[in-house]
Amino acid sequence: MAEPVKLIGTFGSPFVHRAEVALRLKGVPYELILEDLTNKSELLLRHNPIHKSVPVLLHGDRPAICESLLIVEYIDEAFDGPPLLPIDPYDRAMARFWAQFIEQKCAKPFWMALWLNDGDKREVFVKEAKENMALLESRLHGKRFFAGDTVGYLDFAACGLALVLGVLAEVTGLSLVGEDEFPLLRRWADDYTSEETVKACLPPREQLVAHFSGKKDRIKLAVNAMACQM
Amino acid sequence: MAAGDDLKLIGAWPSPFVTRVKLAPSFKGLSFENVEEDISNKSELLLSSNPVHKKVPVLLHHGKPICESVVIVQYIDAWADPGTGPSLLSSDPHERAVARFWAAYIDDKLVASWMQSFRGKTEEEKSEGTKQMFAAVETLEGALRECSKGEGYFGGESVGLVDVSLGSLLSWLKATEMMSGAKIFDPVKTPLLAAWVERFGELDGAKTALPDVDRVVEFAKMRQAQAAAAAAASEN
Repeated sequence: MAEPVKLIGTFGSPFVHRAEVALRLKGVPYELILEDLTNKSELLLRHNPIHKSVPVLLHGDRPAICESLLIVEYIDEAFDGPPLLPIDPYDRAMARFWAQFIEQKCAKPFWMALWLNDGDKREVFVKEAKENMALLESRLHGKRFFAGDTVGYLDFAACGLALVLGVLAEVTGLSLVGEDEFPLLRRWADDYTSEETVKACLPPREQLVAHFSGKKDRIKLAVNAMACQM
Repeated sequence: MAAGDDLKLIGAWPSPFVTRVKLAPSFKGLSFENVEEDISNKSELLLSSNPVHKKVPVLLHHGKPICESVVIVQYIDAWADPGTGPSLLSSDPHERAVARFWAAYIDDKLVASWMQSFRGKTEEEKSEGTKQMFAAVETLEGALRECSKGEGYFGGESVGLVDVSLGSLLSWLKATEMMSGAKIFDPVKTPLLAAWVERFGELDGAKTALPDVDRVVEFAKMRQAQAAAAAAASEN
């Protein structure tokens, strides 16, 4: 009998989404436990004492696995089903490289640019985000998804862009990924969010808008505080 | 040593990330050509091989570039013939995930805080970096206990990804100890790690790849002097 799989997550998180979509693509049944990150449960703190963040994957009795992209790799290796990462070692290395690039060079400046109050500081992050997203855009030439014809690891790594692009643009009034500037990324975002398995674990857009609108002030406070320390 | 592997490493001897990549083929008995880069005057080869970050290390395998040290180490491990030496990653998916987690922790928490202790703009920033660095080391003591399962390395009986990730920093960490007078791997507070440092340092692969500590101290002092001069100049 298969060991139970539990995923500790939170609503609207692209990081949690990565783990969910990976489990679904492998056909692994799981229980999703939603956290309120302003009031973290004992379960979360016990299983992720180091980072105290979601997602956290619990597979049977094994110690927890943390960090979303590591969870995706684990799911790929531990369960049968279609491969999520490329089989070829070189292609796998490329996928890991670009995933790291997305996390450090796209997601971070993108996030800062969306919420900063200071116009000058914001411009610096906007410039960095756009330069890096142009590099990402070039990875989509001739491909439907970053992973090829079907979604894979690198699409999950970039899912934050797809998931919250339109949503966060609406909530903040800032559009960073314009149709003219980044036609391939926009098309990819549409294709990704329409993909059957992805769609099945995505909350409705209105719910995401409401969620981020509700958190707006709290996020702005945290991001602007962080920016002062930079 | 396997011939015709066509492995070329573009690196710079002071970089612990370059050392990390040197350790992997060293432990797997693979030969490679070392191309020493002048970071202040980056070569066309480096810039064309790593146009995104323009940084070392870059591994060229049959001319194809791979960048980012942990990505490179995993690539070497995945690609190399099993006959060349034990795998740096377990075949068990859970153990692999745990190893990758600690490798990431080393870079995100230990290296980041250690760099802050060196390069922090204020004394306050530097001392915060030092504090976080010691906290990270204590956490890694627990990690070693958990991962080693009573054996000598994070990888168990033999060296693994986490040993390579942490081991690559040893010359710099020892240099820091010499320059600051404070012990980073205290045998009383972190006995397992202190013993691991000795054990790892004795390995042939480590001796080949790790830069000489005195040379690192000299380099660090030179860089500190340059930074101080630049700071003084910008204040005028």
